Amino acid sequence: MSAGEFLAMGGYAAYVWPSLGITLFALIWNVIAARRLHARARRQALERAGAAGGQS
Amino acid sequence: MAWTWLHKLASPPHAYRIAGRLAPWFGWPAGILLVAGLYGGLVLAPPDYQQGEGFRILYVHAPSAWMSMLVYGTMATAAAIGLVWRIKLAHAVAAASAPIGAWFTFAALATGSLWGKPMWGTWWVWDARLTSELVLLFLYFGYLALRASIDDRERADRASAVLAVVGVVNLPIIHYSVNWWNTLHQASTLTKLGKPSIAGEMLWPLLAMILAFTLYYGAVMLVRLRAEILCRERDASWLRGELAS
Repeated sequence: MSAGEFLAMGGYAAYVWPSLGITLFALIWNVIAARRLHARARRQALERAGAAGGQS
Repeated sequence: MAWTWLHKLASPPHAYRIAGRLAPWFGWPAGILLVAGLYGGLVLAPPDYQQGEGFRILYVHAPSAWMSMLVYGTMATAAAIGLVWRIKLAHAVAAASAPIGAWFTFAALATGSLWGKPMWGTWWVWDARLTSELVLLFLYFGYLALRASIDDRERADRASAVLAVVGVVNLPIIHYSVNWWNTLHQASTLTKLGKPSIAGEMLWPLLAMILAFTLYYGAVMLVRLRAEILCRERDASWLRGELAS
């Protein structure tokens, strides 16, 4: 099977590849979003702890 | 004895640390299984005798649809535990799960639509399976919107948990919709365990993908759970020591 044949997906390329793209996008995006969320929560907690430490 | 162990586990500092330690053990196997499953499904598996190469959408559609329900079930169970035993960590698990479940539901609907067009001749049809899956997406949206609209965290936890628990009725409707009503959607490929209706070389990539998606959910949920815990415990004394190290 050639690469061209593989990419053509027997005529279903217009349906198979977008399906894969949407799913992979959702998977990758969720990892990025979760890591960002955690990093932001950590930064905010540190700022809060720093502010409280400065006052005492 | 068992209860002290459970309480220790459910305490925020422990949960925060354990979640951080566990996440990679879910994430890396998920990634490896995903690559193997995609290779098996897109390259190794033979074309379907009816649908040709078009059937390969199965390998992203079925795991997404499975996860849309598994995540909802987990979320509702956690929410119920939070309601009954007033365990905040359980509410945090539910809240951390919702966005992931909504994404899986969206992926299941979108890939299903892309599969329906060449095979059924339509992007969408208002039949029982598709409509109940769309209702599931709106349940996730409702849960997230309700949480976002209530400032007080405890009230948000309780109100959204009630919504999540009530929404569970939709899960058996989705699952049995293909048996209860006439539908374009095919019945499950996997439930006939003794006599699988799918060849082995088509089956193992599907199982690999389902396992990959399940582990993936574990990893992402644990990271989101850590963020939830940090927000909920922002004034707790353990946090300062934890963040300093």
